[in-house]
Amino acid sequence: MKFIWKYLSEYKKEAILAPMFKMLEAFFELLVPLFVARIIDIGIPGKDLSYVLHTTIYLVIFAAAGYGVALLAQYFSAKAAIFSAASLRKDLFFHIQKFSDAKLDLVGSSSLLTRLTSDVNQVQNGVNMFLRLFLRSPFIVFGAAVCAFTVDVKGALVFAVALPLLILVVWLVMKSTLPRYKSIGKRLERLTLSVNENLTGVRVIRAFGNEHIQRRNFRKATDQLCNEQLCAGGIQSVLGPITLGVVNLSAVVILWIGGIRVNIGELSTGEVVALLNYMSQILVELLKLANLIILLTKALASSERIEKIMNIDPDERTKGEITDIKEILDKKEVPAVAAENLRFTYPDGNEETLSDISFTLEQGGVLGIIGGTGSGKSTIAKLIGHSYDITGGSVKLFGKEVSDFSDHAIAGSVALVPQHAQLFKGTIADNLRMSNEDATDDELWEALEAAQAADFVRQKPDGLNSKVERGGSNFSGGQRQRLTIARALVKKAPVVILDDSASALDMATEKALREALKNLSWKPALIIISQRASSVMAADNILVLEGGETVGYGPGDELLHSCPVYSEIYHTQFEEVAS
Amino acid sequence: MKRLLKLLRPFTIHLIFSVILALGYVVCTLLLPVWSGKAVDTIVGKGNVDFDSLKQIAGFMIILIGGAMVCQWGMNLLNNKVCYGLVKTLRQQAFSKLTKIPISDIDSHSHGDYVSRIISDSDTIADGLLLGFSTIFTGVVTIIGTIIMMIRMNFIIALIVIVLTPVSIFMARAISKNTYKYFMTQSKDRADITEFISEMTEQGELVRSLDISEKVKEDFEEKNKTLTGSSLKATFISSLTNPSSRAVNSLIYIAVIVAGAYAVITGKMSVGELSAFLGYTREYSRPFNDITGVLTELSGAFACAERVFELIDMEDEPDGELTFDGKFEGNIKFEDVFFSYKKDQKLIENLDLDVNAGQKIAIVGPTGAGKTTMINLVMRFYDVTGGAIKIDGIDVKELKRHELRDKIGMVLQETWLFSGTIRENLLISNPGISEEEMINAAKAAHAHSFIKKLPKGYDTLLEEDGGALSQGQKQLLCIARLMIALPPMLILDEATSSIDTRTEMKIQDAFSTMMKGRTTFIVAHRLRTIMNADIILYMEGGRVLESGTHSQLLKKGGKYAALYRSQFL
Repeated sequence: MKFIWKYLSEYKKEAILAPMFKMLEAFFELLVPLFVARIIDIGIPGKDLSYVLHTTIYLVIFAAAGYGVALLAQYFSAKAAIFSAASLRKDLFFHIQKFSDAKLDLVGSSSLLTRLTSDVNQVQNGVNMFLRLFLRSPFIVFGAAVCAFTVDVKGALVFAVALPLLILVVWLVMKSTLPRYKSIGKRLERLTLSVNENLTGVRVIRAFGNEHIQRRNFRKATDQLCNEQLCAGGIQSVLGPITLGVVNLSAVVILWIGGIRVNIGELSTGEVVALLNYMSQILVELLKLANLIILLTKALASSERIEKIMNIDPDERTKGEITDIKEILDKKEVPAVAAENLRFTYPDGNEETLSDISFTLEQGGVLGIIGGTGSGKSTIAKLIGHSYDITGGSVKLFGKEVSDFSDHAIAGSVALVPQHAQLFKGTIADNLRMSNEDATDDELWEALEAAQAADFVRQKPDGLNSKVERGGSNFSGGQRQRLTIARALVKKAPVVILDDSASALDMATEKALREALKNLSWKPALIIISQRASSVMAADNILVLEGGETVGYGPGDELLHSCPVYSEIYHTQFEEVAS
Repeated sequence: MKRLLKLLRPFTIHLIFSVILALGYVVCTLLLPVWSGKAVDTIVGKGNVDFDSLKQIAGFMIILIGGAMVCQWGMNLLNNKVCYGLVKTLRQQAFSKLTKIPISDIDSHSHGDYVSRIISDSDTIADGLLLGFSTIFTGVVTIIGTIIMMIRMNFIIALIVIVLTPVSIFMARAISKNTYKYFMTQSKDRADITEFISEMTEQGELVRSLDISEKVKEDFEEKNKTLTGSSLKATFISSLTNPSSRAVNSLIYIAVIVAGAYAVITGKMSVGELSAFLGYTREYSRPFNDITGVLTELSGAFACAERVFELIDMEDEPDGELTFDGKFEGNIKFEDVFFSYKKDQKLIENLDLDVNAGQKIAIVGPTGAGKTTMINLVMRFYDVTGGAIKIDGIDVKELKRHELRDKIGMVLQETWLFSGTIRENLLISNPGISEEEMINAAKAAHAHSFIKKLPKGYDTLLEEDGGALSQGQKQLLCIARLMIALPPMLILDEATSSIDTRTEMKIQDAFSTMMKGRTTFIVAHRLRTIMNADIILYMEGGRVLESGTHSQLLKKGGKYAALYRSQFL
């Protein structure tokens, strides 16, 4: 709640003017019963038609003025709501941009998307309606009550009882439905997930004849959702009748008290009508308010969800200070990458993923990392890129701890090609220039050549300007991998890491790729992570991992004798050729 | 519309009561101003108040108020029940259909569209109907009722109101027509920014590692600005409706006052009646505003209902009648099979294949050769367009799908795990299995060791699509799942592609035990895993170019031999 105020206060002028004009509009509306009372009390008994017409002119003026200020109010409230929602959306998006990988995993991209889209929209609608009506309605309600007091204090005491009663009811209803709307939102998210899963997993579900269980689960989930909706709706549905009851019973009381006071001459009939009129204005306004409360409850639930994301510390890692890497990279004698007794446990893990890992990669050298599924190979790549803080030992880039570098400096020195080849919507050139905006076309082709992607790019009618769909879905897995390798090469970083990123290439292409990488003009240090012995066997040193521990480290031919795990991998992949 | 009514049939009693209650509510609320008018007329002036009548009238008003409250409350509850119940039924029907439509319809159609039909479209229907039920019916009855009341009181003034009110409706119409185009621009801009956000949040790690977040932020700001502009226009213009019709209504109200005052002065009306009449004028114009609002809402709901019905009306995948009758051997025959996904793109033609029970058939070849297609055909995920596939002499088209799929187990390259515990995922194929058997299967698949390490072991909750597990671990789980099901026929489509070669070697043992006596289809890139197959088919462009055992094909020196050499040199 407070959190929305912060955004709204950026548009103070609009946020204040909108309800002000709304109040003016309400003010003009409130004047109407007073003038109607005059017509009844003065114009009619005096049979003075010109007085009636005279008073009517005032009413017309009020209506016109009311319309004018209403338009202004609508404009300002729309502006305040939309602009503050826009800056909320921006802040949220920028906040998420700061998320470390660990935090991204924690929240999940699909809920981030909902926060940024439908939740922000919900808040926008809520703010808009709030500015328009949540001040106008109470103003009319209280204004009508105040006016009633000016008409007759004793008769208006009814209002003093009825209003607090109504406010209490509204508050109670809102309070008890809010948590229910939140859980309805959650249930809907589950339902969406379940439909999605049934679409992506259709083959498995049908192959296992599992449809009836899926149907049963879905039926259960919808039943629960429906019950929850009925429950929230049930509470909500007392709001209308109670408002109706309180207001109309008050009207009866007004008539009764009015009758007594007119009888003793303290009140006129017209004034009783005015009191009734104010009551009916209150009723109309409260009915509107009741509908709005639903909208506002939803908006509040959304804003709480957004606030939760905003309150996440986006990045728990050590903030590095080094931003200028030129000098550091110029040091020739230090190794490009070195790890010493490196230990690492994932933030939410309870077992060490890497324990006691040490290796050294000289500038311009090649390091191979090999090991089974879940042995921690990719984790090493992520730690060199400082995706996480290490939990023990050290990882150094050109002699400095990676945690001393700013993210920008790391990105400038390490080019990581991840396992999952992903491209962005745009053109091939757009994608390649992502990490180096100033690269010339020649440099792009050079990178494509080295990544063994030049041939198929050349064959495309639009060449470098060929369209890339989201995720790169219009390219085959192998083409995608080669394009992501090329993208990493355009950066010309002094350290290049290929994290199993040539797995979809056939042996011949991969071999050509390895040759090309060795002959790159700027001679980067290379880390090749793979499951294939053939990919790493030519490296200066090979790090063999199993279950997060080093089981071998050294040149390939040495490891063949000294490391049983390596020789087993090697032989399972090569012995058939021999036989 | 008709369809919706049909779905409403189970709620007939609810609806009848809802209508009766609505009538009761409207009658009570309409009579209230009459009686309050009468009450005003008993209060004439000092010393001239008829307390006896006032008491009577007040008592009657209290009864009316109570009646209105009860009716409105009951009506709300019933409407809730009908609407949420109806949407529940719709959702369940739509989802149930989703589990029955042909896989081709799922492959060729946007998943997001199915999801939005079942989730958000259904929600729009609920919201629209709920508003519709509670507003339109009471609204119409209120309008008719007030017209009758007003005509009874004073025909001419009633006529003024009736003639003038539509003006506000026309005004609202004119505005909403204009709004439409601004809303369209807004939706377009909104879709644009949603697409952008979705791509960038999904690729968050990549954005960071490429160090492009500054550029991403710039792009975002630009899109955000465009959206802000179009939203402002759409919202402002659409928000003109309410004040405009309110302004028209005020003018009508004023007209009634003038005319009414004249009528009272000339003695055609009492002051109390005028007060009641003014009340009716308010009552009368309100439903007009509400109904115009609800009508747009309802037309949206109908459009959504149509989309949901479209899904519900889709055709089921055709099913056969026959069963294996308890005898299953596993002989498979492809007889002159033709198949293509698109009519104008031929894929499989004249395919003949004869597999004996218990044989291992390996399919190799480049991407797009039709390997996975063969499997789609065996599983009847797709139907052949010509020829026939027979299992134990029965055309698969004539078999019950369940009977067929029950007999075949498969592991695909694209692993699929649903959000739930590991146990639930493993037992999807055979919920009745014992804990021990499950663990044995997991051990055989080499999944037990990493499952054990997870925080809650077999009860670890997996997020959407396996969450934090590596691709290889997901595949191990899928293999364990197959080992639990253990059907008489197996399909392994790149089942070990993400598993490292050492673990793969270890699993091979378990695989060969499992394959013993089971007809097995294997698609693999790594030839090592299929060299001991009984038949190896080399496919390219939907045709089987070579077939035979590993040594036969090597000797032949054709495409297979070339592929083999490329992998091991």
